[in-house]
Amino acid sequence: MTEFRSPDQEVGQLRQRVVVAGVFMFLCLCVLAGRFFYLQVMRFDYYHTRAEDNRIAVVPVPPNRGTIVDRKGEVLARNFAAYTLEINPSRVEDVDATIDALGQIVQIDDYDRRRFRKFRETSKYFESVPIRTRLTDVEVARFVARRYRFPGVDVRARLFREYPHGDLFGHVIGYMGRINTRDEARIEEAGETANYRGTDHIGKRGLEQSYESLLHGHTGSEQVEVDVGGRAVRVLDRRTALPGHSLILTVDVDLQRVATQAFAGRRGALVAMNPKTGGVLALVSSPSFDPNLFVDGISVADWRALNDSPDHPLLNRAIYSAYPPGSTFKPFMGLAGLELGKRTPEQSIVDPGYFVFGGHRFLDDKPGGHGVVDMHKSIVESCNTYYYMLANDLGIEAIADFMAPFGFGQPTGIDIPGEASGVLPSPAWKKARFRKPGQQRWYGGETISVGIGQGYNAYTPIQLATALSTLVNNGVMFRPHLVQYIVDPVTGARTQVAPDPVRRLPLKAENLAVIRAAMVDVTRTGTGARAFAGAPYAVGGKTGTAQVYSLRGSRYKEGDVAERLRDHSWFIAYAPAEDPKIAMAVLVENGGFGSRSAAPIARQVLDYYLLGKRPEGPPPGAEDAGPGPAGGD
Amino acid sequence: MEWRIHPVALIRGFLRPIDPPLFLLLSVLLAASMMLMQSASPERMQAQLLNTGVALAMMWITARIPASRLLSMALPLYLVGVLLLIGVALFGEVSKGAQRWLHIGVTRIQPSELMKIAMPLMLAWYFQQREGAIGLRDFIVAAVLLAVPVGLIVTQPDLGTSLLVAAAGFYVIYFAGLSWRLLVPVFVLGVIGIGAIVIFGDTLCQPGMDWQILREYQKQRVCTLLDPTSDPLGRGFHIIQSTIAIGSGGLFGKGWLNGTQTHLSFIPERHTDFIFAVLAEEFGLVGALVLLVVLMLMILRGLVIAAQASTLGTRLLAGAITMIFFTYAFVNMGMVSGILPVVGVPLPFISYGGTALVTLCVGVGMLMSIHRERQQSQT
Repeated sequence: MTEFRSPDQEVGQLRQRVVVAGVFMFLCLCVLAGRFFYLQVMRFDYYHTRAEDNRIAVVPVPPNRGTIVDRKGEVLARNFAAYTLEINPSRVEDVDATIDALGQIVQIDDYDRRRFRKFRETSKYFESVPIRTRLTDVEVARFVARRYRFPGVDVRARLFREYPHGDLFGHVIGYMGRINTRDEARIEEAGETANYRGTDHIGKRGLEQSYESLLHGHTGSEQVEVDVGGRAVRVLDRRTALPGHSLILTVDVDLQRVATQAFAGRRGALVAMNPKTGGVLALVSSPSFDPNLFVDGISVADWRALNDSPDHPLLNRAIYSAYPPGSTFKPFMGLAGLELGKRTPEQSIVDPGYFVFGGHRFLDDKPGGHGVVDMHKSIVESCNTYYYMLANDLGIEAIADFMAPFGFGQPTGIDIPGEASGVLPSPAWKKARFRKPGQQRWYGGETISVGIGQGYNAYTPIQLATALSTLVNNGVMFRPHLVQYIVDPVTGARTQVAPDPVRRLPLKAENLAVIRAAMVDVTRTGTGARAFAGAPYAVGGKTGTAQVYSLRGSRYKEGDVAERLRDHSWFIAYAPAEDPKIAMAVLVENGGFGSRSAAPIARQVLDYYLLGKRPEGPPPGAEDAGPGPAGGD
Repeated sequence: MEWRIHPVALIRGFLRPIDPPLFLLLSVLLAASMMLMQSASPERMQAQLLNTGVALAMMWITARIPASRLLSMALPLYLVGVLLLIGVALFGEVSKGAQRWLHIGVTRIQPSELMKIAMPLMLAWYFQQREGAIGLRDFIVAAVLLAVPVGLIVTQPDLGTSLLVAAAGFYVIYFAGLSWRLLVPVFVLGVIGIGAIVIFGDTLCQPGMDWQILREYQKQRVCTLLDPTSDPLGRGFHIIQSTIAIGSGGLFGKGWLNGTQTHLSFIPERHTDFIFAVLAEEFGLVGALVLLVVLMLMILRGLVIAAQASTLGTRLLAGAITMIFFTYAFVNMGMVSGILPVVGVPLPFISYGGTALVTLCVGVGMLMSIHRERQQSQT
């Protein structure tokens, strides 16, 4: 650097530097211009699309779910709108702090927080998760006034499912719950992913599950212009949602209530159906549960109470629990004897009170025996010896072959999920069931037990009800079903669920008449006579007692054990005997003799169904509705 | 006769300090600012009109002050500025994690803004004093004069402003004749450094990587620039959305008041630092190029004034002011279009905000004053 320069030199140097600066700046601006050209011309399409994507959001409009009503139009499941406070965790910086702040405005308790955490684990990162449901109007107003303080938090009106009859139909209707990962997989498999956008609840159990696709409807969509906060600015296009179909059931609320109350809290199940259609009139599994508890996400305490209860209220005994049918099996055995030519109605045996087979004594219930017993008496008095002999004469293969078409040992196909198949024992079944060769062999003595409905026999109440219906419907079998009509949400047109017979059994009318006459006398002079004393209509029935041996392995609980080791009590019945409009199977767990616990329940149901007579002491909340119309299902 | 004021003479007198080319270009920019404000944030129109009025008045006042007088104010201004910066460091008000503001009676001021004017003024004044005998020692003195306020601003922390103030001082030193042998290596090192950051960005931006010289948030800004998608909801969001706005503007733009990015609030700070995105979205490449041309013309005018200025001090001052305008514009548009890190630099004469506008218009006023003095010295 020069120590000394002339002003002219300095001006010259400065001008040189000015030019350099000018060129430098020009080049820089050219870089910018190049950048703009690149963004605005070369990549215009890309950024144009990005801007449109930004601007337009397709918002799914979830459809209204179809309602479920009973045969008389009484609502069993409906929707109601409630405000929920929802947090979108992806748009909130500190979720816990936000919840704390929200807690100052609306009530948020520990249960809400726990549920939020649970839902958040299973929901996608950009989805809103409810923190509080069913806000009051006051709470909504208080939040809305302070909404600006809570970006990423919003109040939304959501439709919730409501079951006005509570636990009366828990097992029939099932319930709604939030879609979990398993449901998502199922939805994806069914190709319904798009249709479930915006829906976060799905039917679980019962009709809510089995008719999910019809009840759900079709999701609509709205194209909305949104701002950076995701708030809709205006709607550009709208495709309306198509509400789900509604269901009209075959069940009758009042009959269901009478049947449920007849159990008086005891464990058991009842299935009543129209034998001419298969339409289920009442389906009870006692105790039951209130499906409303599940709608919002069930609380830990409620869940524990249901899940840990020794009474297993979540278990649908009517379709899932299989029990030995006991003596209710005898009418079918008798019919087998007649149809297969091994017995005539008049043919009699002498019952000494036991039957000896292979050096083993099979005992009758009545000490000293029933004396001379023909087919009629064998059913009316429920004579075991008669059926020990008959089973021996028929052989296990013939028994299994005859019983299978009645639906024993296989799911009936009722339109709710969770049915068990039960066990119709046969040598083939035994071979498949057991692994060790010694266990796989069928023993003659096992056939003897099967003859009186014990041994390996195990059937669900609905199987028994279906078999009885088939028997009293002259061998024409219908699939039991709960849904009678499916109602189109737009046209209102009803589609009947066609009662197509599953099969027609080639049974001789005279043989059926013999069995049915005997069953009528069961309720007049036989084991069911006490329960049906004074009934102004003719009833066919049969008591049954299933031995309990499955509980041997269960833990000993004082005061509990005695009751729980008692036999299960069965009763099957149909009425009016001449032209059956209703057939049913009743089971009371550990109820002792069928005549003592199950038959009186059947009596109350029949009294109500045929006479409109309620059991004395009207139940709380009972309406003055008349009896359900018989038939026409 | 003396007491009679002729209207034409009055207007002439009023207009005398004004340089027509500069004022014309400034008017174009201010008009553009109004149009964009109407689109970006119409509720701020009134305030911006007031800001503009104040800024133009300040420009007029500054333009009336002879350039030599301006230079003589350099030392006191500089000293006051440094004192205020020390005051900020000691008693400043903390806002958004940074200590930049100082309460003075009813209002609060940002002394770093004052420094943007005081700094080049001070250095120009210093070199003026040493005219004819500028040596290495003077450049060292200038570097120290520059380092003190820059250091104070860095600690606030305010990287953007400190860089601008440093640049303002550097321009004076550059025009004063700092040897190319010093400038070129620094320039080359800078290019290599930036190149290295771009190439090894992935490694450097690993979490846990400590950059020593920069604070964590400053590291974040550079890293976000290298890969905006790494933080799509935070800092990256600004860059992503502003490039979408620019790119979707296309050749002719979506039309005034029709920018979807603008009107649906996707552009952050769309009335201040990111207002260029509004312009590019609504007026397209054509609008952006018109702005570049206007800015280029303004720079050219400034450089012409610098080249023609009568004294060393005013030459240095004019050159530095011009370069400051350019720096504001380049850094702002560079960051909004995603080629520079996001630093808080407004688009000169267009972004909303009174302080920056006043500062810049005072700069214009200085250019006018310098130009007028040269004319006067010629006549």
